[in-house]
Amino acid sequence: MNSLIVRRILRGDVGAAARLMRDLDDELPSARSALKELYARAGRAHVVGITGSPGAGKSTLADKLVEAARKGGKSVGVVAVDPTSPFSGGAVLGDRIRMQRHTADPGVFIRSLAARGSLGGLSRSVFDTVTVLDAMGKDLIILETAGVGQDGVKVAGAAHTVLVVLSPGQGDDIQALKAGILEIGDIYVVNKCDRKDSEQLTRSLGLALEGTSPRDGWTPPIIKTAAVLGRGTRELVDVINEHRSTLVRAGAWERRSLNMARTAFMELLETGLRGFINEECERGKDCRKIFGDLAARKTDPYSAAKTTLRKLLSKSPPPPSFKKRGCPPFSKACPPVPRRRGRRGI
Amino acid sequence: MNSKKRKIRVLIAKPGLDGHDRGAKVVVRALRDAGMEVIYTGIRQTPEAIAGAAVQEGVDFVGLSCLSGAHNHLFTKVVKLLRAKGARGVTVFAGGIIPASDIPGLKKAGVKAIFPPGTPTRDIAQWLRAAAKHL
Ligand SMILES: Nc1nc2c(ncn2[C@@H]2O[C@H](COP(=O)(O)OP(=O)(O)OP(=O)(O)O)[C@@H](O)[C@H]2O)c(=O)[nH]1
Ligand SMILES: [Mg+2]
Repeated sequence: MNSLIVRRILRGDVGAAARLMRDLDDELPSARSALKELYARAGRAHVVGITGSPGAGKSTLADKLVEAARKGGKSVGVVAVDPTSPFSGGAVLGDRIRMQRHTADPGVFIRSLAARGSLGGLSRSVFDTVTVLDAMGKDLIILETAGVGQDGVKVAGAAHTVLVVLSPGQGDDIQALKAGILEIGDIYVVNKCDRKDSEQLTRSLGLALEGTSPRDGWTPPIIKTAAVLGRGTRELVDVINEHRSTLVRAGAWERRSLNMARTAFMELLETGLRGFINEECERGKDCRKIFGDLAARKTDPYSAAKTTLRKLLSKSPPPPSFKKRGCPPFSKACPPVPRRRGRRGI
Repeated sequence: MNSKKRKIRVLIAKPGLDGHDRGAKVVVRALRDAGMEVIYTGIRQTPEAIAGAAVQEGVDFVGLSCLSGAHNHLFTKVVKLLRAKGARGVTVFAGGIIPASDIPGLKKAGVKAIFPPGTPTRDIAQWLRAAAKHL
């Protein structure tokens, strides 16, 4: 049976969906039951990831993609991630400014997310946010990563089609060659081709990609755009759609979807385990003893880690972040955990 | 996670026709430095676009700034639209050049706080934090 909030979201209630996204972003356990129901309804959208260095023009391109998709009668969701300040924990989410003209269009849902300490240009809640939009029936979901340059490769596990955007004058030419970013693109976009130095960048990118073997029957092309001027974006849209049909024809669509499911699942496992381990080590006495033994050179990190891991896994309580109350297995008594209620709205 | 405090999310927008947003951007950065997540939608926004963005973004606060003098109409419209969209939990505050005589009317219309030019940004952040407590 679908809960009320799920029914409202499936009916297209933007406010209900937005509130759920918020609760998921804040990791409220109560939000997860709704997500479970929505997850079963999702899995139809074409997820297009856009990555590239800061200021390359990702948001401006996303805006044009939304425009084209709407003209083609498709509904669109956008998830745009921006970095969180490591100092304050705050964030300025500025991607929306480039797409704001679509806000009044009921066929478009734009959501900004802060990375919140997650690496690789995505936030932990990206997968959940995409699931909600997907379940709402969005045909196309655009996923813009935080402009991270070197480590924006995680998006490869979160999208069917990955756009890597480069632009001249950002040190992209040399840096791009170094980063793993040249391995994840399904489509490479040289943006700002209204600028003269874009030719040089296109050439060096072409050289760097030379000899790339086709994957899933697809050889990544280079598309030149001037997003602000709307130049080349029509062709880009065609190529994105072509990539989709190629995946479907090659039987690779399911493979990509499976890979996306795997990425989201592994993320959760790793987060849960890391949280569990941290909690154990912070609360338990065993770890403190191990730290001492290591400092005194009575043991070595490999042996200590192996023993501790075995011990933790044999106790294997569900990771604390997955249940309401955590009881640390390393301590004798289970201290009462103060219950905090999720306040509505904040 | 229960133990974690929820992040405060704020949308800052400039309705009206004036194209001057230095002050708004100062507030945006100050709130980020206070640990909040701040969505900035830019200048010359219609009340419809502001309310729509606030709903999609699931924010706790909408901060409006207007220097063109059309604040009475624009701010009131945003509050009304938010209510119409069922976003009752969203608190609206404002800044910019607003004559003292307009303040009671705006407050009555649902603008919860008005910060005149020169208000230390620290005070704004503090007010938001306090207002977020009893939401
Ligand atoms: N000359 C030129 N400028 C462009 C083009 N596309 C985008 N820009 C400008 O580049 C700047 C950055 O554009 P965005 O779309 O915000 O870039 P982004 O990659 O989303 O930036 P982040 O999200 O901050 O990493 C803006 O000032 C755009 O107007 C283009 O084709 N030519
Ligand atoms: Mg951007």
